[in-house]
Amino acid sequence: MFDVQSVAHQGPQSRQFNPYTENGGTILAIAGADFSVIAGDTRQSEGYSIQTRYAPKVFQLTDKAVLAVNGFSADGKMFVKKVKQRLEWYRHAHAKDMPIRSIARLIQTMLYSRRFFPYYVYNILGGIEDDGTGSVYSFDPVGSYEREACRAAGAAQSLVQPFLDNQVYYKNQTAGQDESFPTHLPLPSVLKLVVDAFTSATERHIEVGDGLEIYVVLKRDSTAIQSMEGVQEVTTSEEGQRVFYIRRELKKD
Amino acid sequence: MEILSYLNACGGHRLLTRIPPSFDMSVPSVHLASGFDFSNQIRNNFLAERGIPLPKATSTGTTIVGCLFKDGIVLGADTRATEGDIVADKNCEKIHYITENIRCCGAGTAADTEFTTAMISSNMELHALWTGRKPRVVTAMTMLKQTLFKYQGQIGAALVLGGVDSAGPHLFTIHPHGSTDKLPFVTMGSGSLAAMAVFESGWKPNMDRAEALQLVKDAIFAGIFNDLGSGSNVDACIITATSTEMLRNVEMPNQRAEKENKYEFKRGTTAWKKEEVRSLITSEQVTLIGVGDESMDTS
Amino acid sequence: MEYNGGSVVAMVGKDCVAIACDLRLGNQALGVSSNFPKIFPITDRIYLGMSGLATDLETLRERFRFRVNMYTIKEEREIEPQTFAHLVSSTLYEHRFGPYFIEPVIAGLSKTPSGDLKPFIAAADLIGCLNFAKDFVVSGTASAKIYGLAEALWEPDLEPEDLFETISQTLMNAVDRDAFSGWGCLVHVLTKDKVITRTLKSRMD
Repeated sequence: MFDVQSVAHQGPQSRQFNPYTENGGTILAIAGADFSVIAGDTRQSEGYSIQTRYAPKVFQLTDKAVLAVNGFSADGKMFVKKVKQRLEWYRHAHAKDMPIRSIARLIQTMLYSRRFFPYYVYNILGGIEDDGTGSVYSFDPVGSYEREACRAAGAAQSLVQPFLDNQVYYKNQTAGQDESFPTHLPLPSVLKLVVDAFTSATERHIEVGDGLEIYVVLKRDSTAIQSMEGVQEVTTSEEGQRVFYIRRELKKD
Repeated sequence: MEILSYLNACGGHRLLTRIPPSFDMSVPSVHLASGFDFSNQIRNNFLAERGIPLPKATSTGTTIVGCLFKDGIVLGADTRATEGDIVADKNCEKIHYITENIRCCGAGTAADTEFTTAMISSNMELHALWTGRKPRVVTAMTMLKQTLFKYQGQIGAALVLGGVDSAGPHLFTIHPHGSTDKLPFVTMGSGSLAAMAVFESGWKPNMDRAEALQLVKDAIFAGIFNDLGSGSNVDACIITATSTEMLRNVEMPNQRAEKENKYEFKRGTTAWKKEEVRSLITSEQVTLIGVGDESMDTS
Repeated sequence: MEYNGGSVVAMVGKDCVAIACDLRLGNQALGVSSNFPKIFPITDRIYLGMSGLATDLETLRERFRFRVNMYTIKEEREIEPQTFAHLVSSTLYEHRFGPYFIEPVIAGLSKTPSGDLKPFIAAADLIGCLNFAKDFVVSGTASAKIYGLAEALWEPDLEPEDLFETISQTLMNAVDRDAFSGWGCLVHVLTKDKVITRTLKSRMD
């Protein structure tokens, strides 16, 4: 009796369901002259809890395109699934893999089609263009995108991006007399930068850690990766470009 | 609201409790009254209304534990301090000194744990001097809970207090609102559930020193590796009737691996516009006057 | 912290320390001044940097000047960096329930019993929780960015000139990605016999 009365006095109440969460983690990609490096950590967390120490955030789409997805991981999983589906349909229709610039445009339209109930994900697409150059495309959750030489996204974006500005674009550095900075870094230097970016982010960001997965998309005739240790080739076809996979451990605290 | 209007009534002065009625306001003093100063509150509330919120303080999203064993108490703590999701301090000390035979682990707002334990440590020393007795754990516990209760949870300190005194070993938890528990094994902080899981499965009565220390380490490890708010190293403290051992960084399972690159910049990389050099070497030049040719007239 | 913006960082080197700040003073997103240093000498061998609310920065600077003067007069000696850090900490904690919106950073050279000078850095949050780090400390609106860079770029035992490069690159690249910091940078390098102060040539947007 008393309860009924008190509820009646309270008037209307609203309830809300929040369909989104953040699952931490960080991704980054750097483009070289004839290669592209796409990396992500493997920790998935919610609040102060680790959901899993191994949840891949980087996915090979074709032999020349790799997609890194960060943000709300359920949305990320679904989004990658749908992109892969569209790429397979394209293969059936055209008997070839979709060019990377077209994948980028496809991702834009797919994201923008959900403008008012977005996939809560930040995408970074890396790979080799038709002209053989390495490329990186970065997206916001509703499909605004841009081709760049390097990009970091996710929980530790603010820690990693300025580091990349400094070490990839040589921002704020002045070259000595009759010296100049390279426009494209060689692959071994890029891999070192990627590893250091992630170990540094792991030190200072609580949501970054556990493991690191790096994909390298390399132009087929490039010789850049011959002398690398712990590199596993994951190319799936004879034509197209070559794809390599590197795994590193990160701190687990 | 009450305090606000009260503050206005006395013209923006400190709280009345800090200015006794007999205090002669006409006498200027350079000595500040001790205790908290609320003089910025009106401004900060105004700022908050204007949409400028209070910046976040360092908190120790922490794992702290305490465990009773045959000869005394083992306290344990991780060493990470966070500011939101950023690690502010990778190797801070969370086991605070109270007296020689009492220590206190702190979780929650870092500054609060630091200052509350320091204040109680001072008062315990004075109390020991006054009574001429070895300090007791219950005394520290009572002082802490009364302080925290007085501030109604506003002082965000969650503590694990342990020590050995004339009545034997004691272990307490003290919550920010002032409630206390006395248990044979306790955990607190954001990693408390992970650590308690280890205690619940591994604790047994009358453990020896090595067993107890290992259990405490395992409990802290559980926090370090499974709770994002905890991390880095393990600190431990073993208190028995005869000795107190502070084991700072007993375990360091999270050392940073060597970096792939050395990032030393070539000198001259940074362009600068203006330089000023302040020399800290005082150079004196002594000019002797009237030496040699003429002696001083002393007549 | 975002009301006026600004960032400070301090780093330890080999027998030297460096402390650097940006020069922006803003009113939220609007830039007001590009010549607003946030670092002040306390003694010959202690420099204090503060980021946060500019009005509190001025207030605290005067307050610390007063307290350090009183200390010097009473003790008849210069204050040590550790002591000063605790002075800062207590001053801030006194205002626990109505804080100054300031995150201080202290860089100095402290005297060892043998008479040598040892690098000292410390930072505190706005209610005075001290952080004694062995490598670097940061504060301000670009703190996360500075952490990311400093963690990657900093190396132990840098000579004063190399430390200058590292701290300058750390700060500049961090504030370039921060909307509330930037508009010029100022760097102090403290060595045992001199203090080098440089104004950097940096992006002004």
